[in-house]
Amino acid sequence: MAASTDTTADQPTGKAETAKKAGAPARSDGSDAFLSVRDLRVHFSTDDGVVKAVDGLSFDVEKGRTLGIVGESGSGKSVSSLTILGLHNREKTKIEGEIRFDGRELITMPERKLRDLRGRRISMIFQDPLTALSPFYTVGEQIAESYRRHLGANRSDAHARAIEMLDRVGIPNPKTRVNDYPHHFSGGMRQRAMIAMSLVCDPDLLIADEPTTALDVTVQAQILDLLRDLQDEFGTAILFITHDLGVIAQMAHDVLVMYAGRSVEKGTVREVLKNPRHPYTWGLLSSMPNLSGDVDVPLRPVRGTPPSLLAPPPGCPFHPRCDYADVVGGERCRTEPPLLALSEGRGTACHLSAEDKQRIFIDDVRPLLG
Amino acid sequence: MTETISETPAPAPDPAPKSPGEPLLDVRGLVKYFPVKGGGLVRRKMLNVRAVDGIDLSVAAGESVGLVGESGCGKSTTGRLISRLLEPTGGTIHYDGNDITHATRKQIAPIRSQIQMIFQDPYSSLNPRQTVGTIVSSPMEVNGIDPEGGRKKRVQELLERVGLNPEHYNRFPHEFSGGQRQRIGIARALALQPRLIVADEPVSALDVSIQAQVVNLLQGLQRDMGIAFVFIAHDLAVVRHFSQRVAVMYLGKIVEIADRTSLYANPHHPYTHTLLAAVPETDPDKSGNRTRVHAFGDMPSPINPPSGCRFRTRCPKAQDVCANEEPPLIGIDTLLAGHRVACHFPGPLEATAKAEESMPEERIEAALEAGITTDPE
Repeated sequence: MAASTDTTADQPTGKAETAKKAGAPARSDGSDAFLSVRDLRVHFSTDDGVVKAVDGLSFDVEKGRTLGIVGESGSGKSVSSLTILGLHNREKTKIEGEIRFDGRELITMPERKLRDLRGRRISMIFQDPLTALSPFYTVGEQIAESYRRHLGANRSDAHARAIEMLDRVGIPNPKTRVNDYPHHFSGGMRQRAMIAMSLVCDPDLLIADEPTTALDVTVQAQILDLLRDLQDEFGTAILFITHDLGVIAQMAHDVLVMYAGRSVEKGTVREVLKNPRHPYTWGLLSSMPNLSGDVDVPLRPVRGTPPSLLAPPPGCPFHPRCDYADVVGGERCRTEPPLLALSEGRGTACHLSAEDKQRIFIDDVRPLLG
Repeated sequence: MTETISETPAPAPDPAPKSPGEPLLDVRGLVKYFPVKGGGLVRRKMLNVRAVDGIDLSVAAGESVGLVGESGCGKSTTGRLISRLLEPTGGTIHYDGNDITHATRKQIAPIRSQIQMIFQDPYSSLNPRQTVGTIVSSPMEVNGIDPEGGRKKRVQELLERVGLNPEHYNRFPHEFSGGQRQRIGIARALALQPRLIVADEPVSALDVSIQAQVVNLLQGLQRDMGIAFVFIAHDLAVVRHFSQRVAVMYLGKIVEIADRTSLYANPHHPYTHTLLAAVPETDPDKSGNRTRVHAFGDMPSPINPPSGCRFRTRCPKAQDVCANEEPPLIGIDTLLAGHRVACHFPGPLEATAKAEESMPEERIEAALEAGITTDPE
């Protein structure tokens, strides 16, 4: 367990970036890292032991850009987003690291102050719109609620704002629909209503946690189009969490691949998807069938199953499933956790040498990607 | 008319295939309505959810046929009708030449063992109180089958075949991960040496890296054991990978069916175009350059589906004839044999994209409106 005290995060780069930012007041020029997470660790205590749900995660989200976090179930992607909003169980959760939003530290922020941020400056879209919306209130009331709470608008202004938002997210006849209840809406329309709800106060940061996973593909395409349009219009920073690399390709500017609570690869969407450098990312890409590849080439799955976060493997958490641990040689992958060393926002947490990564990708992986 | 089963005495343990040209499964005009209570306080009308509304489908021995479509299109209902877990409202189902449409429990018993199902959710489809051994051997027990060497040996062979440790015979489902549980479900489906497996979203609950393991396993089974599959999924890429022929469903109807190469390379139904265009591809270059055809709104309610062609409310090509006449599922001269499309104006993707450009705003609004509500009116 000595390994886990070591950091997989981009410490050097991280410090440099924070130092650079300290000079300029955050947010003033709009291009500054707006949300910055440094070496975040979220540990839950359970009856069976400590679950290291997030173990040394660092990333930035800039205004007007989308960072996609991709990973499988249990990789810690949702936990990190809930932690940003302080939506974790405070008694059972131990949090370390830094979450700075617009220059303010969120981890130590008191609940009362966080409430002023939630829904106002940071809002969230959840996976399942039916459970995230209350069945007892009309869609309009739910959209208006946070507008009234945060901006002190009166009832009729808030109602008018709700209609405006429904119209903005493409719900027909908003004047009538504003008085409907969520069960009157179809799945896609509910998700639109939830997006209206989350954007009603013009937040600066939108956290979308698997917002289209419960939807059919045609509806998913509509929602992704809508989110992109809204981002172009309002310049919102988006943290987009999904398990679907295809959705990432459509939505994200930058990508962070998570595995077992750690970041294993980071870069722009093109770098990560066209030129992946981590064996886990290779595995994800080569295990996905696509619409144009050769159907006779079998899929190449990642062998084994994801590790238990109660007792993650020592060293690189991916080594038990990795085909290339022997290329590195010796016991390095089994004993020494690789660091995500970033250069200009690009990096992988892997012991393979740059030449090996290049060679393996070109020889073994790219031919499988169709 | 439904007595045909008794005419073929005991097809059970080793039925020789009938004449080679004949499909293993032949479905004609299959219909399933679910009655629901309609609105109205005083006089509640009984309405029907028209889940499956007249589909024809045949599956040859050893072939895999994919059924794709969005939720509510009737693909799962079709699967359950084929395996006779549901009673059809109309139409016929022939299995290996026998009419099993309304066969009774007794009549269908010998065939049950040949048609097996794999379910979507590996968590709810296994009894948490039974050991893996009990789960996998129960089909043999129910059907009174005693394989050579005993059931335990057979179960262990099956576990090994699906990539599980045969030593885990005495473990319970909760001790396995999602992917492993799905393998248990597959082992159970294999226990009776089926000739047809209806797999209903067998990989959609699994993580990407595990999905491929299960797809490869099923593919190996299909190849090595010559099992025919009806593969139901919403993921068009997975279906393309697994099924030689693919049928696209919309609101209880098949709108397009073809060999996979023809369907994916040369789709001719506007709905197939919107479906394919909506699939997010992992290659950022491809997703940018593709011709996008948009779907407007959600699928209308299957209680009161649109008249004529059911896709017309969301279709950029729709004309008056589409509201009045239902298009038959027919072949088209320019396409390969077996590629059939149910559309008054079938055509390539580009034509649909072009029609969309000139689609009037009111029609887009109407499409959004038509799909907004899930309520029966």
